[in-house]
Amino acid sequence: MGKSKRTKFGQDNLAGLLMSLPGILLLVLFVIVPFFTAIVLSFFNVDFNMVGGPKFWGLEQYRRILVDPVTSPIFYKALMNNFTFALIVVPVQTGLAVLLAVMLNAKLKGIAFFRTFFFLPVVFPMSLVAIIWALMFSRDSLGMLNGLLNLFSFGYIQPIDWLGDPNIALLSIALLSVWAGVGFQMVIVLAGLQEIPLELYEAASLDRANWWQRFWNVTIPGLRNTLVFVVIITTIFSLRLFDQVFILTKGGPIDATQTVMYQAVTSAFVEGNVGRASAITVVFVVIIICITLIQRVVLRQNREVK
Amino acid sequence: MTTIQENQAKKEVMRRIRRSRSPKKIIKTTLHYLFLTVITLIFFAPIAYMLIGSLKPTAEVLDGINGFIPKDLSFANYLQVFATFNDDSMGFLWRFYANSVLVSFVIVFGGLIVNSMIAYALARLRWRGRNAVQVIVVLLVILPFEAIAIPLFYLLRDYRNTYFVQFLPFIASAFSIYLFYTFFIGLPLEIQESARIDGASPWRIYRAIILPMSKPVFASVTILSFLSAWSSFLFPLMMVDDPLYVPLPLEIQVYFTQPPTDWGPIFAFGVILVLPVLAVFLLFQRWFIQSVAASAIKG
Repeated sequence: MGKSKRTKFGQDNLAGLLMSLPGILLLVLFVIVPFFTAIVLSFFNVDFNMVGGPKFWGLEQYRRILVDPVTSPIFYKALMNNFTFALIVVPVQTGLAVLLAVMLNAKLKGIAFFRTFFFLPVVFPMSLVAIIWALMFSRDSLGMLNGLLNLFSFGYIQPIDWLGDPNIALLSIALLSVWAGVGFQMVIVLAGLQEIPLELYEAASLDRANWWQRFWNVTIPGLRNTLVFVVIITTIFSLRLFDQVFILTKGGPIDATQTVMYQAVTSAFVEGNVGRASAITVVFVVIIICITLIQRVVLRQNREVK
Repeated sequence: MTTIQENQAKKEVMRRIRRSRSPKKIIKTTLHYLFLTVITLIFFAPIAYMLIGSLKPTAEVLDGINGFIPKDLSFANYLQVFATFNDDSMGFLWRFYANSVLVSFVIVFGGLIVNSMIAYALARLRWRGRNAVQVIVVLLVILPFEAIAIPLFYLLRDYRNTYFVQFLPFIASAFSIYLFYTFFIGLPLEIQESARIDGASPWRIYRAIILPMSKPVFASVTILSFLSAWSSFLFPLMMVDDPLYVPLPLEIQVYFTQPPTDWGPIFAFGVILVLPVLAVFLLFQRWFIQSVAASAIKG
């Protein structure tokens, strides 16, 4: 940019700074300072239950989280759960979002009516969503979901302990998360669909491409950047997983739904171990940064292909 | 490039094709609607369950698929919720509402002012330090709130159970700044430049020219920041436990956790919590959809 010749540099300088000041101040105070505080605290033993002030611990917190044979398995378990959750939710939610968006992109009467219903869960706070599903997931035959399964399988499927079975609990959390989140993704995909030039579809039709061929050769390539975006935000959303787990399972049964954020929050808030929680936070941010960098690389490759 | 006339001719042809109803087409359309209807029923089932359950006696809510049967309906659960949350120890229903509304309002309204101003300064003004601030904002966009929740809890632990601790950290938002910035940078420069030559100050240009042209982005940011502020759970969970300051989404979790678990009243509380937002959503649906579509940063 450089200095503007037409206006006095000083005038803009003052106005620019003044108009940015409230934003800069708030960001520094409530985002940047806390973030660096987390880094600093992660090198200390800070415990609310401890007598005396924080003690410098060097990399001990990280050793306990990442290396120690007694205390690290629980963290890796949580991390694995986050990635398993992502591995379920990302493809299911993205696939469902694309399916719904394609169905809604048709020019049919009353299509907006359906869109309303798919989007509805987005305006529900996650705590309410979790509580509704707590009841849907009731374990005995009185549970709603078990009742439905029983009805549609003509009594063949026995009642499932949705949140109490360690093999199923994470899957159940994933199910309600998809329900709550897919509407958001669907709308983004729908906007992406509408950006694809109609000419491409017309050309494909002239080449006698059938619906499936048009979907794979026109729709999906046209949605590429949108899909990369959706996959990345869903992955990061999966890493942030907390509310549902806190309300429904508290990390159980036998740590089947432990997550990174759940451990960070319970370490700090329940156990008062802020040092450990801060170290977990730092690891969490490093993972987020890695995922975002991967996104950048993938997007750049996309552009080069074009 | 095709001209407008050609496009219109093409649309006319398409319309004619669509109007000619071959049996194959009718079957296809019917299946399309059928599929959408089934998915809609699946999506709506949990919400319907809550609505019906909120009107039924607790004992009949948890009863397999019978939970959907609207039988023995009454507003007893709602009355019980009103009666329960009407003293100092349980808190007051109106107060939870007021807390959520107040905190969300300050976050949204304060955020509109603070974030649009800095975005304008970044997009249109030349000042020392701009590039550095720009880089920092872009870096902060990827940082989710969870990344700073713990240290914020530690730093602000002496200010638990207040209002300002619930809204102050959320007013400035790198993501909102980014949305404003991309919108402002796309606005035509001519009017701004000529206003400048006429001696208008940057502040005046922002207020008199930029703001009136930017209604769509203000609507988007309002809706997106409202949705996240209204649903806020993690931070209130750590910072608030005095019923006088608890927001709605946290209170329903508290209510849900306290024995005995009365499903009827819990669902009634859920309906009370979500109904106003649902009404706003249905009224301004188009804006909600557009805001979410605009939230995609594909660069």
